[in-house]
Amino acid sequence: MRWLSDSTVRHLKRVAEWPDLNETKYRLLDELGRGGMGTVYLAEDTVLGRKVALKVVATAAARPEAAERMLAEARIVARLEHPGIVPVHDAGALPDGRVFYAMKRVDGRRLDELAAERPLPERLRIFERICEAVAFAHAAGVVHRDLKPENVMVGAFGEVLVMDWGVAKLLAAAEAPAQGSAGARGRPATEAGTVLGTLTYMAPEQAEGSAAGSAPAVDVYALGAVLYFLVTLRAPFDADAASGRARGQARIPPPAPRKLDPSIPAPLEAIALQAMATDSAARYVSAADLAADVARFLEGQPVGAYRESLFEKAGRFIGRYRAPILLVGAYLVMRALLLLYGRR
Amino acid sequence: MMHDTGAGDRSGRFPATRHSAVLAAQSADLLERERGLAILVEAYWKPAYKYLRLRHRESREDAQDLAQSFFTRALEKELFAGYDPAKGSFRTYLRVCLDRHVANEKKAASRQKRSPGSPVLSLDFEDAEGELARGEPADPRTMDRYFHDEFVRSLFGLAVEKLREECALRGKDLPFRLFERYELDRDPDERMTYDTLAEEFHIPVTQVTNFLAFGRREFRRIVLEKLREITASDHEFREEAKSLLGVSE
Repeated sequence: MRWLSDSTVRHLKRVAEWPDLNETKYRLLDELGRGGMGTVYLAEDTVLGRKVALKVVATAAARPEAAERMLAEARIVARLEHPGIVPVHDAGALPDGRVFYAMKRVDGRRLDELAAERPLPERLRIFERICEAVAFAHAAGVVHRDLKPENVMVGAFGEVLVMDWGVAKLLAAAEAPAQGSAGARGRPATEAGTVLGTLTYMAPEQAEGSAAGSAPAVDVYALGAVLYFLVTLRAPFDADAASGRARGQARIPPPAPRKLDPSIPAPLEAIALQAMATDSAARYVSAADLAADVARFLEGQPVGAYRESLFEKAGRFIGRYRAPILLVGAYLVMRALLLLYGRR
Repeated sequence: MMHDTGAGDRSGRFPATRHSAVLAAQSADLLERERGLAILVEAYWKPAYKYLRLRHRESREDAQDLAQSFFTRALEKELFAGYDPAKGSFRTYLRVCLDRHVANEKKAASRQKRSPGSPVLSLDFEDAEGELARGEPADPRTMDRYFHDEFVRSLFGLAVEKLREECALRGKDLPFRLFERYELDRDPDERMTYDTLAEEFHIPVTQVTNFLAFGRREFRRIVLEKLREITASDHEFREEAKSLLGVSE
């Protein structure tokens, strides 16, 4: 019997997991990444001659619920036709019995990897695009429930894509019968009491496993946490605090961004903290409202989350109308000089 | 479009329940016990021998004696009859039995060598010694992990051999050679594409894709079949498969 080195054994473990695409139109090229529910592979669609990303449920060893959940994810994403949401091309079962879906291959980088390289205004514009995609999903009755910088891809041409809808939930009102299995009917991915998602960015009610943990407000909270990250370049909760959130301390607010960095504009801090309010009723009503407040900040307008002092109002006014104020100022100085020299 | 070919169990799905070698090894019937034990010995003798050498720091000769006496005693004394799948994996149970066997042997003032009448298992200890020399040094603090890793190595090695045999029988030498070249012999840093493989073997790239998919599929099937054989219950089998293949839910 031949001896297998440690690296060969590790490789064979991965290989044993690789899907069988033999009787499909796909050709396996590489493994792109592994997640809780499945593995994403780079494959070639041999009919259309394009590369796609194939998400395949972990193995046939996984419980049937995992396959149902992945199909439910594919169906949910398929109904969200938006430039900010990666399109699904195909779904089904592979010859080896595993459920898969094919989606557009995104050439880009994760938001958490590139945020530090981009200036704040650009980060905020990316954030607006995320909000737009989430607002669209909410309008279609879909709650993402796992928004975080790692689940946002920024493409080579600046496109912003919200990824990984694996724990998304279809709101009851939006459920529509589809052909196929129970999963096709938009079966909820989780029941009350089950916590799915990432604690660092998770709304308290979601971390507590309550029924309210599937309302659009949980995405507003997570968007606030993403904004917190984009403003401070650090997650709102560290590892200890995040694990504490799983042990009944979900309602502890994150440290104020300006305590970490006093140069952070107070209105931005206020926007992030309002979106992350522990009481869901105190948050922005929608992702669109949150985006609108960020847009107001970018345009130098007063934001809804923050009451300015007179001094701050003047400062913002000057900041916003700097060019005309400078022009008027220059004009007045010129006039004054002309008057002064004219008298001589 | 749905690609449900309904191909059933021919590749990645769990194989249907096979006759468990663990259950056979617990049988009161000697022939059945022998059959079961032969399968278990095939999968476990190397991990057990290496474990004796590294964990218990036995000399070559003593480790060989202990490995021989352990498995022959398992046959004669129904050593595995006490295994309860509800309490843990068979692999862990076997390792605990092995530890106990070593302790019992050492309790005797001077270990009695196997009696001349005891059956001798045909185990290639020199091969195991060679593997010990080639392998990365094991951390004595993580011997549980070491035993598990060696078990995986043994299982995969058996699966590769079985794949080779099956391919030879079915006239599929080329698919096996491709599998061997691409998945087993390739240096992890070696940049090899399907195109270079196609050139090397003088076949079209599509054939490379198909042959490799075949090799992986068959390898996975054999691994799962062997795993099914050496586990006692469906639950244990699934847990072991998850652990072995890094499967998460």
